[in-house]
Amino acid sequence: MDARFWLIQAFNGISYGALLFLVGSGLSLIFGVMRIVNLSHGSYFLLGGYVALSVIWSTGSWLLAIPVAAVSVSVVGLLMERVFLRPLGFDPLRQVLLTVGFAFLFQQAALDIWSGNPFDINPPEVLTQSIVVGGLHLPLYRIFMIGVALAIGLGLWLVIERTRLGATIRATVDDAQMARGVGIDTSFISMLIFALGAFLAALGGVIGGAFLGVYPGLDFEMLPIAFAVVIIGGMGSLGGAAIGALLVGLADNFGKALFPEISYFTLYAPMALILAVKPTGLFGRE
Amino acid sequence: MTRPRSSVLLVVAVLAAVALIVPHTTSFAILIVTRVLAFSILVMSLDLLLGFTGLASLGQAAYLGVGAYLTAILAARYQIGLGYDFWLVIALGVIGGAALAAVFGLLALRATGVYFLMITLALGQCVWGLAYRWNSLTGGDNGINLPHRPKFGIDLADPVVFFYVVFGFFALSLLIMYTLVRSPFGRSLTGIRERELRMKILGYNTWLHKYLAFVIAGAFGGLSGVLWAHTAGIVSPDNVVLTTSVDALLMAVLGGSGTLVGGVIGAGVVLFIREYLSTLVHWWQYVLGGVYVLVILYLPGGLMSIPERVRQWRAAQSGASGASNFATMGR
Amino acid sequence: MTGNLVRRLWLPPLAAGLLLGVQVAPAAAQQELHIGIIAPVTGIFAQVGADMLNGFKMYLEQTNSNFAGIKVVPIIEDSQGKPDLAVTKAKKLILEDHVQIIVGGVLATEGYALAPVSTAEKTVYISSVTAADDLTQRQLGNYPYFVRTSWTSSQPNHPLGQWACDQGYKKVAAIAADYAFGYESLGGFQKAFEDCGGKIIQKIWPPIGTKDFGPYIPTIKSDADAVYSLMVGPMTLQFPKQLRQSGYTKPIIGGSVSYDEASLPFMGDEVIGDVSAEQYSAALQTPANQTFVKNYRAKYGKVPSYFSESNYTTALMIDDVMKEIGGKWPGSEAFIAKLLALKVDAPRGPVSLDDMRNPIQNIYIKKVEKTKLFGYDKPELWDVVVKTYPNVSQFWTYGKDAFLKQPVYSRDFPPCKYCE
Repeated sequence: MDARFWLIQAFNGISYGALLFLVGSGLSLIFGVMRIVNLSHGSYFLLGGYVALSVIWSTGSWLLAIPVAAVSVSVVGLLMERVFLRPLGFDPLRQVLLTVGFAFLFQQAALDIWSGNPFDINPPEVLTQSIVVGGLHLPLYRIFMIGVALAIGLGLWLVIERTRLGATIRATVDDAQMARGVGIDTSFISMLIFALGAFLAALGGVIGGAFLGVYPGLDFEMLPIAFAVVIIGGMGSLGGAAIGALLVGLADNFGKALFPEISYFTLYAPMALILAVKPTGLFGRE
Repeated sequence: MTRPRSSVLLVVAVLAAVALIVPHTTSFAILIVTRVLAFSILVMSLDLLLGFTGLASLGQAAYLGVGAYLTAILAARYQIGLGYDFWLVIALGVIGGAALAAVFGLLALRATGVYFLMITLALGQCVWGLAYRWNSLTGGDNGINLPHRPKFGIDLADPVVFFYVVFGFFALSLLIMYTLVRSPFGRSLTGIRERELRMKILGYNTWLHKYLAFVIAGAFGGLSGVLWAHTAGIVSPDNVVLTTSVDALLMAVLGGSGTLVGGVIGAGVVLFIREYLSTLVHWWQYVLGGVYVLVILYLPGGLMSIPERVRQWRAAQSGASGASNFATMGR
Repeated sequence: MTGNLVRRLWLPPLAAGLLLGVQVAPAAAQQELHIGIIAPVTGIFAQVGADMLNGFKMYLEQTNSNFAGIKVVPIIEDSQGKPDLAVTKAKKLILEDHVQIIVGGVLATEGYALAPVSTAEKTVYISSVTAADDLTQRQLGNYPYFVRTSWTSSQPNHPLGQWACDQGYKKVAAIAADYAFGYESLGGFQKAFEDCGGKIIQKIWPPIGTKDFGPYIPTIKSDADAVYSLMVGPMTLQFPKQLRQSGYTKPIIGGSVSYDEASLPFMGDEVIGDVSAEQYSAALQTPANQTFVKNYRAKYGKVPSYFSESNYTTALMIDDVMKEIGGKWPGSEAFIAKLLALKVDAPRGPVSLDDMRNPIQNIYIKKVEKTKLFGYDKPELWDVVVKTYPNVSQFWTYGKDAFLKQPVYSRDFPPCKYCE
């Protein structure tokens, strides 16, 4: 267990956390603005991967697959919000259950469209290499994931903290009623955020597809992990999602490496404990 | 108060009809109905939490798991529960479910709303992890096979006999839960669901009420687990996987939360689609997803609210606006 | 008098009716062979189910659903990967559809759930996939109507252990999926490998569904000569990729499904050179297999996996028994007796059944190569056979009694004596 071990594990944990940030940030925003837990978030992740595969199979371009997958899934999210969630009004339980119903529909549709074979997304050759730094083999793809997460995180932060649109989003998260009172179109914001959440999840699916694979069941496997991120980081908080993702990535990695006996609990036990102590998450506010 | 009386009569009549008719149908139909009745005890216990206390839980399968694994371990390893001691195992299942709920409730009830949903999910997943990893106790992913159904004067291996036993437990559970929700305790729960703050101000120990409801739901979950273990004859981590808890919640909402009987209707519809329709067509998943989505969108009160909706629609159709105002006033 | 006449008038029609009734039932049963196939059609194992059904159906189509004169009616039921649903569907198949044979089951739980049903209902249950060791070992006595045409988890891993010794490997680090199939696979490898002088120096158990092997790979002991890996489903794609990206260059010895054709077409070139052992390889260069692979691929668009071959061969074996019997269903016990006496030439090679009702078959040591086979015009990844161990039973060279005396392979058996 020399320094190299700790370094590589830290690197692995951070890169996994980067992917989780992509998945969790969307979920966190959706909850922050709409107060609903989107249980079809995992489906968006998986659909992103599948759409990317279709693009790659038909055009051969991985670069093209990324925006096409993310945008098309965000359109699905938009439609779902407009057509199905909006009519329910503010009824968190029913909205949550609606998203579950859709998750089942998406799962079957994905199986029918793409078959149940286990797929892998192949990024360009250059990203499959590893660079050697100080005797440590660092896969370039993991570095790429960290890069994407940083870029997205920065972009989101800039929009939310530094633009007018961001201000209206923040206002809606803080107090939707007051926001409406000052003339903010909260229903438009909700729609936007839901689409953005789906966009981020699908982006995670494309980026993650080369790392985790694309296969049936991945949707429900990612869901609890995304929740762990959001819960630990606090719902509605972007910064919280980043920290939550990092913590989950590192804890999961080190937990499994050092204490393999409790692999199944490294995720859920801390989640339950944190929620018991601070129900809105470590950085949440309610 | 004629309406509650008449709906009670209706429920009793339907149950009597089921008890009389089902044993004369095919053995597959008997099996499905038995499974519905056994699982709906869990769903009704969830309705106790959801429809009456206002707590949506995504971890109720854990209590079914306790009852089921207890039954399987005692039967397969120690030959306990296969004769007259079946009744002992029932009691143990109930106590086991209640005990786990007593422990989990201490953690879970610190949260409310969607956080409660999340924490119950996490706790349920911890139980799954235990079932999966604790090989020496639970058999791990291989599961545990029960040697045979109990035999005490009557042989539960006979599908009709087993149907009646499960039906009996179902009816008893429904009766107990019905009595509970109409009791002062039950009414306080509804009050907590509506406005917890107000109940607190009025001096109710709302935490204790919620905790008791949670433990009682766990107890019924354990009972459901004992029966469930015997319907299939095998218990495995699949019984406590997340989708089982999700299914239970969806069944409760589908049937109609806050109606108790909605639980068995929801369970019936879902299991019918999952286990019977799937023998006929392979696109049954779309039917299931479609039913969920449509009911959630257009029937907020679940399937049990259909008679009420029909009544409202009829009232709106038949009279002028004056007449319909009168019709809705008395509610 | 009229009373007597009336009584005598209805007696003949009644007798005729009863006799006819008595005759129609068995005739109908004899004219059709109802085979219930329980497989996951939906859910996360749907592709396994699809492979199984395709294999079985292909044989039916080749024989026009006619086995030696008797019409075969397959009834497919979706188990959705849930054992209690498998049991429910099995009961439906037996009680409503009057199947004489049930084929299928994938997971160990399904096998353990379906076997008692076959005993209770006295119906033949043929497991065409479920590999759980003990079903045809220490537990067999409970299941007189159970036959397996596939394999046991440890069966291909015993010769693999021997092969590893022959390659000169002395120390092997093992990483296997954390469930019974993983324990039994690694157990078989460890027993054989350590019996010929090797040492397992590490056992890592990533949970089923692990996607990120980041936590595990850096812990692999550096003095290992090779890594034994037992991966399942999507794990098969990610593990070799991540291992190689971490800079690990030593050989990978894969248990059975780690490189099976269910996953191989979706892997990248990083798996070239990886070795595994299984009772089937689509690259097997025999005329029977070449025909099988080409037909299957033309029909279903992908190379057959062992799931497909196993179900195809099961159908073939049922057909051969019916041919021997003359096309009339002989009852469960007689059918099983004939099945056990069978020797077939399957796409996987010669198969017969041992007295514990599990196959005795070739085990192939396969190495992944990128090459052109069977006249296909593109070089692709194939599991090329480098060595064949013939007539391998579930007991390897240990003898049935000695083998059954030891406990079933588990997480702790064989114990990791050399784990540091």
